Amino acid sequence: MARALINVPPKAKKGDIIPIKALIQHDMETGYRHDFVGKQIPRDIISLFTCKYNGQEIMRADLFPAVAANPFMSFFTVATESGKLEFTWSGDNGFEVTETAKITVE
Amino acid sequence: MSIGPLKLISALLLLGAIPGVAAEIPLAERKSGYEFMGRETRSMQDDDTANPGMLWVLDGATAWNRKTGTENKSCADCHGDAASSMKGVAARYPAFNEARGRPVNLEQQINICRTDRQKAPALAFESKELLALSAHVTRQSRDMPIAPPNDERIKPFVEAGRATFFRRQGQLNFSCSQCHDDNWNGRLAGAPITQAHPVGYPIYRLEWQNLGSLQRRLRNCMTGMRTEPYDFGSSDIVDLELYLKWRARDMKVEAPAVRP
Repeated sequence: MARALINVPPKAKKGDIIPIKALIQHDMETGYRHDFVGKQIPRDIISLFTCKYNGQEIMRADLFPAVAANPFMSFFTVATESGKLEFTWSGDNGFEVTETAKITVE
Repeated sequence: MSIGPLKLISALLLLGAIPGVAAEIPLAERKSGYEFMGRETRSMQDDDTANPGMLWVLDGATAWNRKTGTENKSCADCHGDAASSMKGVAARYPAFNEARGRPVNLEQQINICRTDRQKAPALAFESKELLALSAHVTRQSRDMPIAPPNDERIKPFVEAGRATFFRRQGQLNFSCSQCHDDNWNGRLAGAPITQAHPVGYPIYRLEWQNLGSLQRRLRNCMTGMRTEPYDFGSSDIVDLELYLKWRARDMKVEAPAVRP
């Protein structure tokens, strides 16, 4: 299973703008490359990333073959309430990874 | 990306324009490759949740505890917790190996452990698992000074590595020293040349989109010099690695570093 690294501040004040970072291990094989005997290497990429904050989607990104290996996402949201952030990456060959992070909002 | 003809021409111009002095860099003037990088790449390395090398470190932690081979032993069964037992170990490799009668680097030592202790097949150089293990072990030495062993037996090999570093070779008739001692402040096309101190290996190189060892990087340079790269694990390349570690003695380990 692919590894992911999530960076969410564990604590925030209500109304604060908080940075969120998510890094995942993936080759992002484009499908345009050929091996040493000229055979095409099949495409194997992550095509969708989503982040939900207590069930509500706050970030969605479509990924394409031009995205580098081990995609890194960095974005911001407003801390509204304590709870859970859920990150999901999905793509070719049934790839699906979900990670969660907790946040306490005071 | 390979070094194209334009880059080589600019390198020739650069080296032609500045008279070669072929002297080692004074200890106080040494700089890590980190100091040549831009702000974004530095912040990627500094933040463990943004540094892709940490993904291999985590993989290595899993591999460290995985039982393997006919002995059904894990690294942890002999060495215990890597955080304490491996602290400072990578900082002193390559080290002398009695059985082989010569220095071996960290990747070779991991494979010696596998074949001799775990009775498992050796891992291929640059394979994901070997890089993960060496990243995990090297991470335990982060911020510690590079400390080549004070061992009389390795001295002839350091000298052999030094001779390689200063030897002109390949179609372009270059030595490592001409770029990395004499012209480290210059640029090869757009990229800084740097002083070639191996403080961060295994590194996550953005160009590779992957983690790679020092030997992979050395072979890259050799291809750019149009000379035949030494084989992974060959005595020539380990001696060169040993000399580079000696040249970078007392500089801080940054592994896993991020480099452009």
